[in-house]
Amino acid sequence: MHTATTHASDHGHAHGGAHDHHEPGFWSKYIFSTDHKMIGIQYGITSLVFLFFGFLLMLAMRQQLAYPGKALPIVGQFLAKTLGDDMAKDGVMQADLYNSFGAMHGTIMVFLAIVPLAFGAFGNYVTPLQIGAPDMAFPRLNMASFHLYFLGGVVMLASFFIPGGAAKSGWTSYSPLATLADRDHIINGQTMWLIGMVLLITSSLLGAVNFITTIIQLRAKGLTWMRLPFFVWAQFVTGFLLLLAFPPLEAAGVMQLVDNVLKTSFFLPTGLVTSGGQVPVSGGGSPLLWQHLFWFLAHPEVYVLILPAMGIVSEIIANNTRKPLWGYKSMVYAALGIGFLAFIVWAHHMYLTGMGTKISTFFQTTTMMISIPSVIILTALFISLWGGSIRFNTPMLFALAFLPMFGIGGLTGLPLGFNASDIYLHDSYYVIGHFHYVVAPGTIFGLFAGVYFWYPKATGRYMSEILGKIHFAGSLLCMNLIFAPMFVQGLKGMSRRMYDGGATYFGGGLGADPGILQLNKVITHSAILLGLFQLPFIFNFFWSLWAGKKVESDNPWQATTLDWQTPTPPPHGNFASEPVVYRGPYEYSVPGASKDFIQQGQPG
Amino acid sequence: MEIPYTVKPRPDTGLYNAKVGIWLFLASEVMLFGAFFSSYILLRVGALDGFWPDVPTAWPHGLLNIPIGTFNTAVLIISSVTVVMAWVALKQGNFKKFQRFMTVTIACALGFLCIKSYEYNEKFTHYVIRLKDGSAVTGHLDIDGHSPRFWTLATVTEKKMASVKVHVDVPNQFRYPVGMKRPEAHHEGGEHAEHAAREIKTSDITFLQAFVPATGTFFAIYFTMTFLHGLHVLGGAIVLAYFTYCSKKMWETDPERLTNRIEVGGLFWHFVDLVWIFLFPVVYLL
Repeated sequence: MHTATTHASDHGHAHGGAHDHHEPGFWSKYIFSTDHKMIGIQYGITSLVFLFFGFLLMLAMRQQLAYPGKALPIVGQFLAKTLGDDMAKDGVMQADLYNSFGAMHGTIMVFLAIVPLAFGAFGNYVTPLQIGAPDMAFPRLNMASFHLYFLGGVVMLASFFIPGGAAKSGWTSYSPLATLADRDHIINGQTMWLIGMVLLITSSLLGAVNFITTIIQLRAKGLTWMRLPFFVWAQFVTGFLLLLAFPPLEAAGVMQLVDNVLKTSFFLPTGLVTSGGQVPVSGGGSPLLWQHLFWFLAHPEVYVLILPAMGIVSEIIANNTRKPLWGYKSMVYAALGIGFLAFIVWAHHMYLTGMGTKISTFFQTTTMMISIPSVIILTALFISLWGGSIRFNTPMLFALAFLPMFGIGGLTGLPLGFNASDIYLHDSYYVIGHFHYVVAPGTIFGLFAGVYFWYPKATGRYMSEILGKIHFAGSLLCMNLIFAPMFVQGLKGMSRRMYDGGATYFGGGLGADPGILQLNKVITHSAILLGLFQLPFIFNFFWSLWAGKKVESDNPWQATTLDWQTPTPPPHGNFASEPVVYRGPYEYSVPGASKDFIQQGQPG
Repeated sequence: MEIPYTVKPRPDTGLYNAKVGIWLFLASEVMLFGAFFSSYILLRVGALDGFWPDVPTAWPHGLLNIPIGTFNTAVLIISSVTVVMAWVALKQGNFKKFQRFMTVTIACALGFLCIKSYEYNEKFTHYVIRLKDGSAVTGHLDIDGHSPRFWTLATVTEKKMASVKVHVDVPNQFRYPVGMKRPEAHHEGGEHAEHAAREIKTSDITFLQAFVPATGTFFAIYFTMTFLHGLHVLGGAIVLAYFTYCSKKMWETDPERLTNRIEVGGLFWHFVDLVWIFLFPVVYLL
């Protein structure tokens, strides 16, 4: 660790000729690395593992929804042994286990998989390269940020094995539910969740400070703000969202932790009664306070999830249409607009909490406003395709699929943003369909596109196109088979909270519509199929390290931005000589030029 | 390539990296404490009307020791002055003077924490007791001349005590906001009996608890916010102490870097001070 960091600080080189570029050992190279590229890869691998784990939790839940009360195949006996009868008696998923898998699926996917992958991995690896910087502004802070993230993940995973199991009050952890669950255990799943969250939030804050400082301070000579690639802009706005939205959740987390451990009443109202009688607390707190503080983060978090994916998709679309992005400046201003508006829409998650119609109307208005900048970006990307001679490689296919998928996710959000239609739709499968369209075939496709796109830069080899296309086609089909039926179920009034998949509700002669329950099976089988279609990706990811086609040059995609001007893979310090930027980020097909692209660092 | 602008400012922004970093970090800190202050407002607005402790979920006033709080405020403000003096001393090239001023700063920080601990202890030995007749008193327990911490009614019954001796507070020693009527003194002794000792039968007590976070939302937010602020003071003091006593070598090789560190540390220190400037009136005075 010290060898890796000293050259940043030893400017003076007081000790004469002894140069310090010796090979770092295993620990300082892979575990305590301060190099942004290694940290980016650490983030990438860890978050992909969490992404798969979060997916497996969901598969177990889907199995229960389609076949309620039946033992889980393959993992059922294992769960019964490790987690006990309360959780998985005879391999059958019990309600507590379903709740805890549900809460942890959400938590893991948002905080341990997608944000670290979008911001931690791509942000770390690509941002310094694209702005022509030798590293992040604070390399050791960067390392600390990854370690805190990793520790947070370990705490979250450990919580499955403590008495009472992992947190089971939803990823939103609403009080009083979250405060009273397993209250007889001092260290319960919720306490672990809160400790894990505080670690993850601290990690994100350090990351955000680092990213913003890096983008402000370390841009190469000539790289003015309007010459920044859109990806960097997206990361910049994301950094501000994390920086300013996460602390209120940290405050809320601390207060809920105090509620759980010291038995205070920040979020517990006066006279709270449960089946065990009156809860022995002072009362005087407010459950709504938790929801306000939670959603003050969790709505901007939606844009934390989507902006980096938009950034990746923009790079890939410009590169593969061989055209400049249409409306680059409007996209930049739209991203800034999203960044601002994201902070004043949070309470549209709370229309039905008795907050009051005036406040609901305010948040309905801001919610409609924030769809405008999102539509600007999406429209600009669609128009960018117009008249391009498109190269349909794997990254481009994922990027192209992102556009309509995110479009469906966004447009289905509008009925939820209007508080009249939200009365009917809230808490139904429609909501799940909506936000999964945004995040799963939306963001995750953007991230897959990024993996296929920057893999040649990081490893010097392409990923297999054939396997990539199988992965793409299967994923696109299955994603839609999973999430489109949820809209139907939701419109039919199926609640998202039922752990038997609605069997007690629809099966009991109450407006029985067997078709709705049949859809549960369609969704579950599609989810299993989706899992199988990820296998080519996993295989491809490792196999291509050794057997992938070698890149012909440092710039295999004939791209314009500075990240393709480095040696492959980029060494410590990234650039052979200090890069200077002479032009905008997307000079593709410039009339009269000898090639169809001009790199940012090319003079003249 | 080395990372640029670690010491010298970047020409177009006029800032070195750490200075951008600390301002961003402070922005996030503003959001953190802002959330706590917002929670304070919401909890207080939602508190029931009436006088604490007679109404359990009313908002208590005047429980905190204002002279001590004022003194602590002065201690922190002095430390903010000396941290600037220390930075100026470095700018003048006087390392010894820097260390002297910084020592005062760190001493102030530790003094602040000691005083705060004394106040905490004072709260942990202070009790609210509710009686079967619906009245409530506050005061210190007197168990053979000792004043125990953290007792509850369960502690008293476990020890099989028939009664507890309590030095009851005179109720109107608590201040009430302008316009609020003070409650009548509802126990013998009245206003003239300073801390009248009183035996209270255990069988009459329905609730007994020290002034701990669980006692009410005021206590919860008071302890949470001041503890978090205390952690910031402690963290700041540790970092400043490291910069002060382990920096001789850096002063000789790279004085500008050390000066920058002190500037950045000083910015954080001012922020910690500023939080207290808000915290003091909010929890002590209002």
